[in-house]
Amino acid sequence: MTYPENYGYTKEHEWVSVEGGVCVVGITFHAQKELGDIVYVDLPRPNTAVEAGKTFGSVESVKAVSDIFAPVSGEVVEVNQALADAPEMLNEKPHDAAWLVKIKLSNPEEIKSLMSAADYQSYLGG
Amino acid sequence: MSAPAELLKTPLNSVHRELGARMVDFGGWDMPMQYSGIIDEHLAVRQAAGLFDVSHMGEIEVRGPQALDLVNYISTNNAAKLQTGQAHYAGLLYEHGGFVDDILVHKVAGDHFFLCVNASNQDKDYAHIRSHNRWDCTVENAGPRYAQVAIQGPRALEILQKLTATDLTAMKYYWFADGQVSGRPARIARTGYTGEDGFEIYVDPSEAADRWNELLRAGRDLGLKPAGLGARNTLRLEAKMALYGHEIDASISPLEADLGWIVKFDKGDFVGRAALENQKAAGLKRKLIGFEMRGRGIGRDGYEVHVDGVPAGWVTSGGPAPSLNKNIGLCYLPTDQAQVGRPIKIIIRNQPVEAITVQTPFYKRSK
Repeated sequence: MTYPENYGYTKEHEWVSVEGGVCVVGITFHAQKELGDIVYVDLPRPNTAVEAGKTFGSVESVKAVSDIFAPVSGEVVEVNQALADAPEMLNEKPHDAAWLVKIKLSNPEEIKSLMSAADYQSYLGG
Repeated sequence: MSAPAELLKTPLNSVHRELGARMVDFGGWDMPMQYSGIIDEHLAVRQAAGLFDVSHMGEIEVRGPQALDLVNYISTNNAAKLQTGQAHYAGLLYEHGGFVDDILVHKVAGDHFFLCVNASNQDKDYAHIRSHNRWDCTVENAGPRYAQVAIQGPRALEILQKLTATDLTAMKYYWFADGQVSGRPARIARTGYTGEDGFEIYVDPSEAADRWNELLRAGRDLGLKPAGLGARNTLRLEAKMALYGHEIDASISPLEADLGWIVKFDKGDFVGRAALENQKAAGLKRKLIGFEMRGRGIGRDGYEVHVDGVPAGWVTSGGPAPSLNKNIGLCYLPTDQAQVGRPIKIIIRNQPVEAITVQTPFYKRSK
């Protein structure tokens, strides 16, 4: 699996793509693989404030519920509505079409603490 | 990635790893949760067939001239009704009426019964049975002598029949035969835990990998897939089969668990009988009932259930039903509220989400 070079990554297996002052956030290929068949996604409403490192939603596989942690602080400006009816997209296209939310950064400095694609892959152990 | 040393392994452990299974610690056993994916495996079992390693399950053999007396005393069903070669489901109860375990009782001969028991309960079951052995029976904790492979699904018979001379079509549901698979001894039982037709095959552990691989080969063109404990759980939930530690445990009686059909009061005394009679006379306080989610969300094991805004019970097992495209579950509710068609709320991460009680089983195969 290739992890996009222009994304930042977290230890909680989320990716972040910065577009101006707004971050697109998703879960990584590794995360969806670990979860297995994803059947439900619970995301915050637009305008919700989120804090880096705090849980802001959940992803459910057949077997279990997993929290999603905000990789950055800010305000949710958009939610991927397509996931409500097609959560399996998270298994199929985790790095693009199945993005979760867009967050307007409140502290752009936080971006610096994200891992690069290379660092994330070595964090995964290969 | 190797499993921690303390986990128990079935003889098929390396076979699962070669197949790329995701392994999990299941009650101290290193077991396959899934291979191709839970939904894919689940649907394979409903539409074709699935192959499960259930070698972690325990086996207890009861032998002796009075084996029937002991088996009938420690189990709720009436083993006197079993013919040689027949099996049934039964409860193993404490005196207070709660479950020690749920088991399958096979009558091998008039003086020999073969019990299939849950993996994590086998030592407890063995001690329990021995403690009631007033009939000088030989009770053997035989788990290490057996591996068990289950082939389940509408094409299971066709696949297994390629490897055995035992006439499987003639074998009725919940009957078994000691025969051969690939020319080697095997106990073949037409039993299962998926809601499909199928067979559970008991073999010598040293030969389990060969049988597994032969079955996979025999079923390759018929849609057979290896299936893990994840699919086993969604399949049994759709079929409303109880899982120890969820629908049943030491605090729950078979009457509460909607398992009255395995309790035979007309057979004489058995462990737990008095407690069940008292419970029946006093009226049951709670009952197991199925539900379907109506709102968005999945009611899962342990979640609280509210009726009319008040805490009323809990979910014993809940999750997606891949064959039904619904989110389903089982829950305990006070008896007077445990009727089909009642709107209930499942508390999911502090939010009440609408559900409704429904008839079970959720899934029933067409015969």
